[in-house]
Amino acid sequence: MLSASDLEAIWLTFKVATTVTVILLLIGTPIAWWLARTRSRLKGPISAIVALPLVLPPTVLGFYLLIAMGPNGFIGQLTQELGIGTLPFTFWGLIVASVFYSLPFVVQPIQNAIEAIGERPLEVAATLRAGSWDRFFTVVLPLAKPGFITAAILGFTHTVGEFGVVLMIGGNIPGQTRVVSVQIYDHVEALEYDQAHKLAAIMIIFSFVVLLSLYSFQRKNTLWGAK
Amino acid sequence: MPTNKIVVENTEQGLHAKFHLQHPQSHFALNVDLTLPDSGVTAIFGQSGSGKTTLLRCIAGLERAQQGHFVMKGETWQNDNFFLPTHKRPLGYVFQEPSLFPHLTAKGNLDYAIKRSGIPLPAGLYDQVIDLMGIESILKNNSQQLSGGEKQRIAIARALLIQPKLLLMDEPLASLDNARKQEILPYLEKLKSTLNTPILYVSHSVEEVMRLADHVVLMEDGEVATQGQVEEVFSQLTSPLLFNNDTGVIWQGQIVQQDEKWHLSKVSCAGSDLWIRNNGDSLGQQVRVRILATDVSLTLTCYEDSSILNRLLVSVIDIIPDQDPAMALVRLQTEQNTLIARLTYRSVDHLALEEGKRLWAQIKSVALVR
Repeated sequence: MLSASDLEAIWLTFKVATTVTVILLLIGTPIAWWLARTRSRLKGPISAIVALPLVLPPTVLGFYLLIAMGPNGFIGQLTQELGIGTLPFTFWGLIVASVFYSLPFVVQPIQNAIEAIGERPLEVAATLRAGSWDRFFTVVLPLAKPGFITAAILGFTHTVGEFGVVLMIGGNIPGQTRVVSVQIYDHVEALEYDQAHKLAAIMIIFSFVVLLSLYSFQRKNTLWGAK
Repeated sequence: MPTNKIVVENTEQGLHAKFHLQHPQSHFALNVDLTLPDSGVTAIFGQSGSGKTTLLRCIAGLERAQQGHFVMKGETWQNDNFFLPTHKRPLGYVFQEPSLFPHLTAKGNLDYAIKRSGIPLPAGLYDQVIDLMGIESILKNNSQQLSGGEKQRIAIARALLIQPKLLLMDEPLASLDNARKQEILPYLEKLKSTLNTPILYVSHSVEEVMRLADHVVLMEDGEVATQGQVEEVFSQLTSPLLFNNDTGVIWQGQIVQQDEKWHLSKVSCAGSDLWIRNNGDSLGQQVRVRILATDVSLTLTCYEDSSILNRLLVSVIDIIPDQDPAMALVRLQTEQNTLIARLTYRSVDHLALEEGKRLWAQIKSVALVR
């Protein structure tokens, strides 16, 4: 059976991934919207910054975030001003780091979906007296729904799968920052291979099931769209 | 910039459109200053690239001209320091390709408009529109299951249910094949005769313009080449666009006599009577006929013993070279109309045609446009 600390790690992982996904959908959508529709010269640089976590080692990202959120970093100074203290080695520090880390996985599918809609449906809606918010909720959201679902699933699973950033920014505090990937690492370090096996197998099965449902969802959607 | 409200400047009638737009990437520029009637169908006619669609998009506020001015019946939609966004303009728009929302059913698309029109739906209007467009049986369908023609009929119904003060139609038939066009044209004709909403209708098809338009604006290279009543514009030969196999005139007339024995109808067009095949129109019906320049021949004497049914006494207005060097277009004055004949220069010489010469025009065929 799973130990209490294993269960705690699973619950924490779930909490982190859910929180991060919600935050990412809220901040990723305007970024994706802007990237999909802008003609600004900043589009290239902003796209590149959003995509950086795809290629950087998590340790690099974690390192800079650690510095920025530390007592002398600009985020750290801000949080201290606000009386929250510093974020590294806390649950919310982990959330902030994960948001950066998973950003491209959420922004890119939404951006692609919005780009695929094109101008025309929005123009049609405007000629039918729909203002900009109305157009977003009644045209963009329903038409880009597959993109949003893909974004949410990828954001969630990618956050579940992170390790390097957690080690850099979160450390290993039970119930605070000790997520499943870290727990597995601890088990292996302590030569508790049985425990490690159980958690690792759960991760594999979970990831497989999620990706399988994602791909069958996408397949169903393209078939329907092509009809 | 003050927005949001339509400013009522004065009570003047008509539509005033003045736009100057320069596309940054291309050499295309739109430069128009137009006053148009605020009733009936005005066709914006021209070849592709002449700026017709751009003009329509400027009027809708979908395209923002560097300088734009639009006033409809005294309501300013746009001037130098005021721009009413598209969704606040009381217009309906039918796009070239059928642009239904794919995530809604046919009826869902109509409801989208009804919900947002801002005007309560008058009793009977919904049924009238459904009936007018003949879409009762397809309302429940998913919009992706509809044919191109059906989609476009739903799109037109949707634009009507928003209860526009001005209906803009951008080549609504251009993306459809000929059979679908013939399917929708009668609906548009019915629409025109049922509704009193003014319609701006962009087209490059002579047939559509002749059947639907009351007023024509001819566009060339982003500018207005000529405009006027449809009969006037087509009897002028000022634009190369009007020089082709379709060259001909349009006359407005009324059916004044039916000949039961020979199945013919007599149409009186401003003093000139023409016999046409009886198409089942009733006596007194207003009709529009078209006479192609290639169907008109000239004789110096009136040949009674000819198979030609329609002969009119005419006088030559002027002789204009056709694009084909062998051919001339001869403009002729009837009682009150203009007629155009396409002849060889050899015939022009043979008949010694010159301005003011009186002779007989034989009209081989007259097409009833509507």
